[in-house]
Amino acid sequence: MDAILLQILNGLDKGGAYALIALGLTLAFGTLGVVNFAHGALFMLGAFCAVTFNKLLSLEQVILDPIKKTAWGTPLEIRSPYIEAWLGDFGALLVDYSVPVSILVTIPIMLLVGVIMERGLIRHFYNRPHADQILVTFGLAIVLQEIIKHYFGANPIPQTAPSIVSGSANVGLWLGLGENLVYPWWRLVYFAFSAVVIFGVFAFLKFTTFGMVVRAGMFDRQTVGLLGINIQKKFTIVFGLAAVVAGVAGAMYTPILPPDYHIGMDFLVLSFVVVVVGGMGSLGGAVTAGFLLGMLQSFSSMNEIKSIFPGIDQIIIYLVAVVILLTMPRGLMGRKGVMED
Amino acid sequence: MNGNSARGDWLLLIIFAAVVLTAPFTLSYIGAGYPDLLQKFAIFGIFAIGFNILFGLTGYLSFGHAAFLGVGSYASVWMFKLFTMNVIPAVLFSVTIAGIFALMIGFVSLRRSGIYFSIITLAFAQMSYNLAYSVLSPITNGETGLQVRHLAPTDRGPDYVLKLVDEDLRWIDQAFGVVEDGIPITNLFGIKMSGFEGFYFCAVLLIIGFFISIRISRSNFGMMLRAIKSNQNRLNYTGINTRPYLLAAFVISGMYAGLAGSLLAVTDPLAGAERMQWTASGEVVLMTITGGAGTLIGPVLGATIIKYFENIFSAINEGILQNLFSFMPEGLMDIFVAVVGMFVGKGWHLTLGLLFMVIVIFLPGGLMEGVRRIGNLFRRSSKSAAPQPSSQAAE
Amino acid sequence: MENVVLHVNDVVKTFGGLHALSDIDLAVREGETHAIIGPNGAGKSTLLNVCIGRLEPDSGVVVFDGEILTGKKPHEINQLGVARIFQTPEVFLDLTVLENVMVPALAKRDGAFKMNAYWPISREKNLRGEVEALLEDMGLADQANQVASTMSRGDKRRLELAMGLIQKPRLLLLDEPTAGMARHDTNATIDLLKKIKASGMTKVIIEHDMHVVFSLADRISVLARGKIIAQGTPDEIKNDPKVKEAYLGEEQV
Repeated sequence: MDAILLQILNGLDKGGAYALIALGLTLAFGTLGVVNFAHGALFMLGAFCAVTFNKLLSLEQVILDPIKKTAWGTPLEIRSPYIEAWLGDFGALLVDYSVPVSILVTIPIMLLVGVIMERGLIRHFYNRPHADQILVTFGLAIVLQEIIKHYFGANPIPQTAPSIVSGSANVGLWLGLGENLVYPWWRLVYFAFSAVVIFGVFAFLKFTTFGMVVRAGMFDRQTVGLLGINIQKKFTIVFGLAAVVAGVAGAMYTPILPPDYHIGMDFLVLSFVVVVVGGMGSLGGAVTAGFLLGMLQSFSSMNEIKSIFPGIDQIIIYLVAVVILLTMPRGLMGRKGVMED
Repeated sequence: MNGNSARGDWLLLIIFAAVVLTAPFTLSYIGAGYPDLLQKFAIFGIFAIGFNILFGLTGYLSFGHAAFLGVGSYASVWMFKLFTMNVIPAVLFSVTIAGIFALMIGFVSLRRSGIYFSIITLAFAQMSYNLAYSVLSPITNGETGLQVRHLAPTDRGPDYVLKLVDEDLRWIDQAFGVVEDGIPITNLFGIKMSGFEGFYFCAVLLIIGFFISIRISRSNFGMMLRAIKSNQNRLNYTGINTRPYLLAAFVISGMYAGLAGSLLAVTDPLAGAERMQWTASGEVVLMTITGGAGTLIGPVLGATIIKYFENIFSAINEGILQNLFSFMPEGLMDIFVAVVGMFVGKGWHLTLGLLFMVIVIFLPGGLMEGVRRIGNLFRRSSKSAAPQPSSQAAE
Repeated sequence: MENVVLHVNDVVKTFGGLHALSDIDLAVREGETHAIIGPNGAGKSTLLNVCIGRLEPDSGVVVFDGEILTGKKPHEINQLGVARIFQTPEVFLDLTVLENVMVPALAKRDGAFKMNAYWPISREKNLRGEVEALLEDMGLADQANQVASTMSRGDKRRLELAMGLIQKPRLLLLDEPTAGMARHDTNATIDLLKKIKASGMTKVIIEHDMHVVFSLADRISVLARGKIIAQGTPDEIKNDPKVKEAYLGEEQV
């Protein structure tokens, strides 16, 4: 029982990441009709926003201690982040909280990236075949990840969660299941965060006029265009929104998985599978499938299951995707008429 | 579709064969006349020709073709390990296995079209890659990669099966009493398959592969494939069952990939899972579109160009750049070295990605399209406005 | 009573709550040209789509020469001898005109799938002769080696007709074969269809142009709001008060 619960929990944070990426992919696909293979790279860029933010905050000043000497007789170096020197305790707090605070920086940066991408590239591919869209965004993804690799190197860069949530939550005690079921706090935070973002996006689409137009656009692009609504501008904003969602998803994920330059590609392939399983163009489907597949993946990595089907954890998502596509061609919640004929 | 174009095809084949076979001499002028690189040209040319039969003719964009390449490599290395270092059985086995593999994957993924097809093939390739790294390690030797090794001691007990990854058997070679001194090299009935001999073996297969692709694109089958790309729905209402045609194209192109994978193992008997990664699948897409998808020569041209520039660009290091820009003042030189340095050496992939984008944005028809455009320009200006030949669509 | 070739049996098709077709019963006799007319949105195209398997009816079946078409795949229906001409010309834009007609010709001769990946098409001399003769008849011979995307819309429609005719189908379904054509093209098409009529091919034709309908049809069915409200010879239809009320009354005949 504990084991099963633990796997459900394990699936939540990964599922959250899948759901957030898939959400952006679906938004871009549903409204703009663009298949964006560079969406994983946006996730990666978000992660490196957090990394850069942390690096900037931890830039250290070196002061030579006037009294104390090292064993070699040289003056002792005191290293401390500039930010601490300037802002005192608040600075130290900021360094500690660098990952969640980095979101404040990530949002505008990713919005900018998204807008530039849409204006500069994606826009010119609305009327090109899907194969061209796939290819050009694939090329863009390579370019983005190689740039990151150039500046940050090939190795993963670990980030730490704020110390207050760096331990583990005793989930078992909460649920009255004994003390054996513990779970890292940050993963719970990530799950809650992804849930908030998802609800935010849904509320935005549901309750604002802008959201209504976007939803109408997802339903029938031509008609909305005919209504005389400036759809171009809206497309740009939608794409920016998708980029922001992917970016913050990436930034917050850094304490769970140290980001490297190809984290985006790794997540992208899975997220595409998530989108396809959920149903192309269905936001609800993307979110549901994201969590579902996340949990399925963690279940299949249980030793009990791996001993029966060795390697199943490696392929379960793809396997499910293939089965779903063959039995339910439109995915779990796909609408008729999307990407057909 | 007339006698003229049939004669033109033979001429094309002969010229192609001549260019390929003389490549060691001609390409030496651009510093590409050495066997390792020439082998790569030929092998990836085969890969791209095969990929083009699917993507170029039918428009179905597979993002998982590297899986067949990887399978071909593994299959060949196993033939070397178990039976003989002669390359013929290895090549035949690889092509067969890749064909069977493609049949299974194609059967499933061709039930959908468009972007769904791309994603399913991607999923399959990624699945193969993951499996090769984990559970299938007894067959693939995981991260280390599968290699030809020394022979197992004759007194090895029944547990030899467990040691196969590290100790080879080569039953056929042993039955013929081949004496091995160290780790053996692949051969074609005694001719060592390394160096120029290896290249010529690949070259002959490339020419055969090119010949087959000409025949396919001129055949009834080829026309049906082009009709699929043009309007698959209409084709169904015309009484054609498109799926078996697509499956046949998929299997054929999978077999080409298997052959390419096999040749990679022939020229360097080692197979690793990274060959199956989806970036590798992306590379063959790039080769095909760079040259011109749907054209006959385009894919080979694209493969050659990409591999050539990969070779040149990745060899450039900071020292070479400093030499190159040494005529500049110090500060400016540093800037130039830093900027250009992003694109060369380890940064080759950045150049590759940019090239990818540039080609798709400005020249979706690839270099062959560019050549045609220039040709048209020339023809128009010289006022010899001859009507377009009919076979233009398949050139 | 002559042989009934195509029998549409109690076909019902709804989209959402909308009844596109309700209890359609239709019998097309061997060798006749049967026109289906009706105001816009009457369900004519839906009916045709049900016949060729593009749409699945909610209930009822379509029987062609003793074979149930409902549930069959499009290529299977074509292989039984039912060809269709689409309303918007659907040709293979990247193929040459000759190739466009070669494809259905091969489908007719070789069936739904035949692997011939080695011999070039240029060896199909007999078939090619047949296709060229037809293109000559249709006035498309001089465009034979052009890529279809370069043709005018009217020529594309004629090409599409050629694609149907080359198969010598037992039943040809035509969806507004003259829509969007200039007058002289329309007349040429009528002449052509009359010529085919002599060959005894059964045709179902959907048409707006009454000139075309009355010069070609042996019998006419009038469709309005998803129902057949009248059936008979052109003369009977002309004088049917129900038809006048539902349809012809709005337009001049």
